[in-house]
Amino acid sequence: MSGTIPFDPDDRYNAFLTTCKNPSHGNGKLAGVAVAVKDNISTKNIETTCASKILKGYVPPYDAHVIELLRAEGAAIAGKTNMDEFGMGSTTENSAFGPTLNPCDPSRVPGGSSGGSAAAVAAGMVQMALGSDTGGSIRCPASFCGIVGLKPSYGRVSRYGLIAYSNSLEQIGPLGKSVTDVSTLMSAIAGYDRHDTTSRDKPYTHTPDADIKGLKIGIPQEYFGAGVDPAVAAVVRKAIGRLEELGAVTVPCSIPSMEYALAAYYVTTTCEASSNLARFDGVRYGPAPDTNKSWHDAYTEVRAAGFGAEVRRRIMLGTFALSSGYYGKYYAKAQIARENVRADFNRIFSGADVIAGPTMPTVAFRLKEKSDPLSMYLADILTVPANLAGIPAISVPCGTAHGLPVGLQIMGRMFEDERVVDVAYAYEQAVN
Amino acid sequence: MVTEKDVLQIAELADVGIGDAEPGTFTHQFNAILEYFDILDRVEGSGQVAHELINVLREDEVEPSLPQEDVLRNAPATEDGFIKAPRVM
Amino acid sequence: MADEETQVIVGLEVHCQLDTKSKLFCGCSTDYRVDGPNTHVCPICLGLPGAMPALNKRAIEYAMKVAKALNCEILNESEFSRKNYFYPDLDKAYQITQYDKPLAEGGYLEIESDEGGEKKVRLTRIHVEEDPGRLVHMGNVERGKYSLVDYNRAGIPLIEIVSEPDMRSPKEARKFLNKLRATLEYLSVFDSEKEGSLRVDANISIKGNERVEVKNITSYKGVEKALTFEMTRQKNLIRRGQKIARETRHYLEARGVTQSARSKEQEHDYRYFPEPDLRPLRVKSWLDGIDLPELPDARRERFMKEYGCSLSHARTLTGDLRLANFFESVVAPDKAGLSPLAATWIADTLIGELNYRDMSLDRFEPAAMTGLILLLKAETITDKSGVEVLRVMLDERLKNEPAETPDAIVKRLNLAKTAGDTGAITTAIEEAINENPKALADYRNGGSKALNFLVGQVMKKTRGKADPGELNRLLIEALKKREV
Repeated sequence: MSGTIPFDPDDRYNAFLTTCKNPSHGNGKLAGVAVAVKDNISTKNIETTCASKILKGYVPPYDAHVIELLRAEGAAIAGKTNMDEFGMGSTTENSAFGPTLNPCDPSRVPGGSSGGSAAAVAAGMVQMALGSDTGGSIRCPASFCGIVGLKPSYGRVSRYGLIAYSNSLEQIGPLGKSVTDVSTLMSAIAGYDRHDTTSRDKPYTHTPDADIKGLKIGIPQEYFGAGVDPAVAAVVRKAIGRLEELGAVTVPCSIPSMEYALAAYYVTTTCEASSNLARFDGVRYGPAPDTNKSWHDAYTEVRAAGFGAEVRRRIMLGTFALSSGYYGKYYAKAQIARENVRADFNRIFSGADVIAGPTMPTVAFRLKEKSDPLSMYLADILTVPANLAGIPAISVPCGTAHGLPVGLQIMGRMFEDERVVDVAYAYEQAVN
Repeated sequence: MVTEKDVLQIAELADVGIGDAEPGTFTHQFNAILEYFDILDRVEGSGQVAHELINVLREDEVEPSLPQEDVLRNAPATEDGFIKAPRVM
Repeated sequence: MADEETQVIVGLEVHCQLDTKSKLFCGCSTDYRVDGPNTHVCPICLGLPGAMPALNKRAIEYAMKVAKALNCEILNESEFSRKNYFYPDLDKAYQITQYDKPLAEGGYLEIESDEGGEKKVRLTRIHVEEDPGRLVHMGNVERGKYSLVDYNRAGIPLIEIVSEPDMRSPKEARKFLNKLRATLEYLSVFDSEKEGSLRVDANISIKGNERVEVKNITSYKGVEKALTFEMTRQKNLIRRGQKIARETRHYLEARGVTQSARSKEQEHDYRYFPEPDLRPLRVKSWLDGIDLPELPDARRERFMKEYGCSLSHARTLTGDLRLANFFESVVAPDKAGLSPLAATWIADTLIGELNYRDMSLDRFEPAAMTGLILLLKAETITDKSGVEVLRVMLDERLKNEPAETPDAIVKRLNLAKTAGDTGAITTAIEEAINENPKALADYRNGGSKALNFLVGQVMKKTRGKADPGELNRLLIEALKKREV
């Protein structure tokens, strides 16, 4: 039964940049389900801005592959959600169109960069949402807003139509109130796409299974060490204890390469971003450059006005890191560090089925709490390793600390997204 | 260590523009971040990447292009089907 | 050999469009030249946010064919990189190209050297990349200047063939280019007739001095012109005791000069890094499956052996795929009988007539040429009439007029030799001698010039139809009679 659904939400948390009034839907397993879409995923005939002034007014003439798939399953595209500009941030404060507030505590950030999608789900405005995760951008807001978010294995979901921030790290993934919703949305978007040559022919047809008897869970010491709020660590340890009660076995482990993970992550993302974002010049789309000026002057003017400070900072960092003489010191070294992270995970996964720890080292920050870029970058330390290795990782709510939600992160072997979903499901079923 | 002069040069190379008040702040932030990146100097390993996915190619088949109006729709200025841009010479 | 002191050293970077059906990274048609601007573009080649490249297999196969033909080595692993620079015609603000892991390295191309004989020009590498869009410069100083962009060309597959600095003159550079073009066309991967399908950057230096990069050469003839200009400029500077600056210069085709590029372009920092949206290539094993057709050198040898062509004719005829095919079609009805005449007439006469008209060989069908050669072979018409018939045939095709057969033209213009009709020639001879008593007198005094003059007069009177041998015989006979 195709038709339209009523949708005209009270967006008090500024979760949406665009809402589609009474969107239409088709038939399929998501028939009539309202799905919110992060504003860096291209939607035909719906403005797509990446929360940046430089894309204000840009209306893509094509749908991202995942949007085609959602429409084919009958979903109603409810709107486009707020985010850190181009995905650069962990709070959704770096939006050119104002921050999104955390529905659990409006004085706090929802996390980021998919903060709008997480807030829309947490506030009950939509049942599920799509986000993207470059270094934790689905899991961080899921953790801060008390919902479920999955970063799929790299290559499992097509990136075609996802406005690139850091191509080699990011994946589109589902957010939902329950593991089942997340699993359902994942089943709609996963699979091979010939337009994304990094995509893999690994469809997801799984129904969550709560039986985790005999499952071996690796507990990396680095996820409970310095920099992690002890209150958060305690909540997560208790949650892992719950998994043990369900028949899982824990094994201690270590990821020594984590020392380099964050630097490797930021070098890779800023380098790729400096190139990805160079195309925003106002010629083919975006704000008009002054054609009376010379090319470089007009172009610089458009970009200086169109990009926020964090975006320009990262573009400049990446430009510097790729500039003549520095490639070997930064980008090449970052790729070695990345391989080392991968190797560490492979080693751990020979003795453990999944790895568990906190998603974020803290609970949601207060608005404007993180003003210094480096301290903001450090908050991503527990989420970036999964992106560097390409492995699946899910965040599932596991209680509160300081009265705010805490997320339990489960990471799995490459392409074992089903298993991390099952572990999250087992936990969710046990506590509810 | 990067200097304000370096930062201005990078801004020029990246074509992002830089406000009068910004070079100082950016320089300070860059140095903190780059100092943090220096940890990579200690990374050891071959960096040998085991690519399991190679030779991903498509067949040479023609598919429809976008209608011209869709191509031009987002461009701020057009002329006779062309997209208008600032002078380059 | 050039003076050792001023030895010119030239290396070329040649960009050729590969003749695939679709673009390098998307399904847009490459057949864009006849349509309006921005009609052969999609999210991928327009660089719309979120679009991703998907590599065209045939482009890689074509590039490998070229690599094999040019004796290059295919690398075990190659990959694509991004070359970052800002320009309005570059839709993504980076060009997807190959940098430190190109498809192929090494190899060589043999050309005819300035000293005669064959010479190997070594190749550095061959890589695959995408073409940018096209810019049109508009406006004027008073009313403001601006650019118009057409992205139809964006994403057309190119191969860049980089040579070592092995050429020693602008002429050798041109020969390299012609030979390369011929080779690519023999491989059916390139169409030189398509406008802008080839672009050249050249490095040129005078031995012991800095080298200069000349960019933006877009025609075959332009290479020799640009390099000759640049060579002269550099030699003049050296003669005046000045230093050659290491720099990039643009060739301005219309003015035939090179001009220093702006300082901004001199110091590019392209910030290459591997393209994260494309996977590496390991295609060396594909080589076994690539069969090469007969290439220009082999065909040249065959033309000499099979058709008895001279080296010079064989080189000319096989130096262009269309011309070689044309020749073989023309002589097909009677290889042994037609080849000698056809080789001369095609290589020496037809090419000149086509160039004079700026006309493509495609517009002239081999059968018509065969007809002409048959008339010449049967000595039905003189060589002079042969040229006239050829010109009429070409002009008719150029003007899209109904094409007559050579026989019809001969008949209409009454060009058939007056062989056997000695009466007409004899009359003409008598007239010529009577009208030019001075020539007769000169002849009697042993002037061979006078004989030639009289031959010309008779030819004029018979409108070229007289067989030269017969005319000579009859004229001398007539002159002898007058001596008595």
